[in-house]
Amino acid sequence: MDLKDLYRDVIVDHNRNPRNFGALHPADAQADGHNPLCGDRLTVYVKLDGDRIADAKFDGAGCAISVASASLLTEAIKGKSRTAVKELFNQVHALLTQQDAQADTARLGKLAALSGVREFPARVKCASLCWHTLNAALDNAPAAPVSTE
Amino acid sequence: MNAQSTAPTRTATRAATASVGDFDVTAVRRDFPILAQQIHGKPLAYLDNAASSQRPQSVIDAISHYYEHDHANVHRGVHTLSQRATDAYEGARDVVRRFIHAKDTKEIIFVRGTTEAINLVAQSFARPQLQPGDEILISGLEHHANIVPWQLVCEQTGAVLKVIPISNAGEVDFAAFETLIGPRTKLLALAHVSNALGTVVPIEKFIAVARRLSVPVLIDGAQAVPHAKVDVQALDCDFYCFSSHKMLGPTGMGVLYGKQSLLERMPPWQGGGDMILTVSFTKTTYNQLPWKFEAGTPHISGAIGLAAAIRYLERIGMERIARIEHELLEYATHQLSALPGLRIIGTAPHKAAVVSFVLDGIHPHDIGTILDTEGVAIRTGHHCAMPVMEFYRIPATARASMSFYNTFEEIDRLVAALEHTRQVLG
Ligand SMILES: Cc1ncc(COP(=O)(O)O)c(C=O)c1O
Repeated sequence: MDLKDLYRDVIVDHNRNPRNFGALHPADAQADGHNPLCGDRLTVYVKLDGDRIADAKFDGAGCAISVASASLLTEAIKGKSRTAVKELFNQVHALLTQQDAQADTARLGKLAALSGVREFPARVKCASLCWHTLNAALDNAPAAPVSTE
Repeated sequence: MNAQSTAPTRTATRAATASVGDFDVTAVRRDFPILAQQIHGKPLAYLDNAASSQRPQSVIDAISHYYEHDHANVHRGVHTLSQRATDAYEGARDVVRRFIHAKDTKEIIFVRGTTEAINLVAQSFARPQLQPGDEILISGLEHHANIVPWQLVCEQTGAVLKVIPISNAGEVDFAAFETLIGPRTKLLALAHVSNALGTVVPIEKFIAVARRLSVPVLIDGAQAVPHAKVDVQALDCDFYCFSSHKMLGPTGMGVLYGKQSLLERMPPWQGGGDMILTVSFTKTTYNQLPWKFEAGTPHISGAIGLAAAIRYLERIGMERIARIEHELLEYATHQLSALPGLRIIGTAPHKAAVVSFVLDGIHPHDIGTILDTEGVAIRTGHHCAMPVMEFYRIPATARASMSFYNTFEEIDRLVAALEHTRQVLG
């Protein structure tokens, strides 16, 4: 179990300087995510252009893994169709949870930096919180915050 | 915050095998087999004792011995094993009674833990007498176990939960308490020691006021009993609750102490075997105390293990334990305060060996993971005290909690691991 696998340079960098950090007003879709176990709270905001994600931002507070993951998410989904985003969600989910996941590094791009998380099962929820939150936003965000617990 | 200018400088680290007076920590650690292991290639430094302590060999042996030689069901057989099991189980009750200086074994109810003890009092003592508008008074320091059972009983009865505020240092505000307690107060439920902050609450003062107003008092002693001598008669509280697993004993075991006069008046809260004298379809008569509250086959090995744990604690001596843990607390507080950007949450002058803290710019969850790779086990999160976190406007803390078997060297390793955390997260 190597710490450097979890806290890769990309993760440390995105935690220290989160990209697309802040609120997006008005947003076409947004949702709050909360992981009560560790207190992580995120809001994901999305602007749509037809079926495409025109812009995405997030704010909130959390651990390095959840902040970096959200930062990477906002970069990764911009310009993608909703179907492509769902597909990406599935790939990230597999990357985080399946030991033998064949990471399609080319398609995942920088998101592949999250592959170390699966060695730290207690932290998988940190990395997936923003993805579940994005899903909730795109599924016409319910009023209640989603929870990974 | 400006940690740099106010922080004391770290003193030279203490000897690796520190010994306080006549206390030989190296020998004591040999009694705890679990401590002698490597985690991720580093020696384990177990600093999560407030969540659960570890067990000495004598406790493990007492449980094995019971299952190897003496097990049968209690209170029901005439055969030898049943008699032995009953003697051991009831003998454990008397060990507990002596340990907390209760008058009578009738006042010692075996339960699953502090949580169950509080729920028992909420449902069997409070619920039958609460009227809409009555008040239950707790403090802002409480563990969820001393909040939620009262919220449930308030929902069931229309009673109202009132909360005594805490100060920035993490002390229960006594002046506010005096204004909050009154004719509507039907119960005062207070932690003896806060698990999230380590604050030792001067419950004697609170109990004295409650006594004057004839308000019954429940004390959540989960974090107190393992670390200092508790005398329930001297405290003069009505109920006192604690958990075996935080005091070197088995999990799934705990104690509700209650004054006999109150327990006699309370209805049983669960029905079944063992809690009855006679059963017919028209009338059932309940058993006497304490069995009235112990429906079903109890956790026999749990009671036996708890008694062994108490014997171990008494062999070391609760006063000595309190003194050693205080030294560990002072050392940890001093060394941690010297770390730049570290802020200790909970700075009451009188504390148990618990140091809750946050590090500037680093989430506690990351601290917990990185410390684990260094073999250092601490707790991170809200510590089942979300209202405490809300009070300090933080999502979580990192918490190191020490027991007498910890060493100064382990605290040095905690400090070094925190420095390492800074490096990893840049
Ligand atoms: C102060 C306090 N009260 C109650 C509890 C609940 O104890 P248990 O989970 O053993 O029932 C704890 C344990 O975390 C505690 O620290």
